[in-house]
Amino acid sequence: MLITCPYCGPRDVIEFTYQGDGNRERPDPASQNFEAWNAYVYDRLNPAGDHNEIWQHSGGCRTHLRVVRNTLTHEISSVAFVRGDHASGARRKAEDRS
Amino acid sequence: MVERQSPLEPELHIGSHGNFEHGIEILLTETRPGSIVQLAAWPGEEKNLMTAIRTVTGLALPDGAGGGLSDGVKSVFGFAPGKFTVADDAEGLAAAFAEAVTPAIGTVTDLSHGRTVIRIAGPKAEWVLAKFFAIDFALTAFPVGAGRSTAHHDVFAQIQRTGADQFDIYVFRSFARSFWKALCHASEEVGYEVQ
Repeated sequence: MLITCPYCGPRDVIEFTYQGDGNRERPDPASQNFEAWNAYVYDRLNPAGDHNEIWQHSGGCRTHLRVVRNTLTHEISSVAFVRGDHASGARRKAEDRS
Repeated sequence: MVERQSPLEPELHIGSHGNFEHGIEILLTETRPGSIVQLAAWPGEEKNLMTAIRTVTGLALPDGAGGGLSDGVKSVFGFAPGKFTVADDAEGLAAAFAEAVTPAIGTVTDLSHGRTVIRIAGPKAEWVLAKFFAIDFALTAFPVGAGRSTAHHDVFAQIQRTGADQFDIYVFRSFARSFWKALCHASEEVGYEVQ
């Protein structure tokens, strides 16, 4: 499986670390809403299809990435920096090469 | 300044090695820069950091991910968004950047004693590195001056192409001897010279 890092270009999955489900929303740390905390810690969609995930390019530029991966085919339909202010770094893509 | 010892020393054997009867196709050297620093810009301060790099080193960084250049004495390349590695044959780079990179622009980390730089050159350099790293070493995909961050068996490596068939590899000092030995083994079949 290849993940096209927005900074580094296409890299083998061995360079990346899975950081978990990208659909979770962390409750306010002061929140006493146990159902919300339970959902944050345990509830997962487990879809058969496109899945929002957080990956870190730990063996490369070390940025955190928002990845949409198809759990049936491993096809990756989008990769973006988690931090929006890295947008200016998004310059290299596999298809840009000539 | 403290006299710096090479971590490669017990395994650095000057001369020709491996299968060199039909010519030497790889040159391995340790470049031993006097100073190595890593610079990181706060979000939105990337251009100001690039200006500071030009002020200190005289090197005008090109835009673009992994962009870099080298004048043979000083080298600079991007290895992550807003982050750059700079090396200089002379010492004192960290002090110079501490002046130029204000706290509002970003951070300066002195890695002069933390990294070892191994230079691999020669007609088979791309071929040997392709055995180590799953990245494209072709000149069109990895132009001269550019930098790449990758890893070999969990040894992080920053690679800068400093010539059409020459690469400088920045590895952690503590892993450098092991990585050097692996590079030597990988170069044996084409014949290599250590200078």
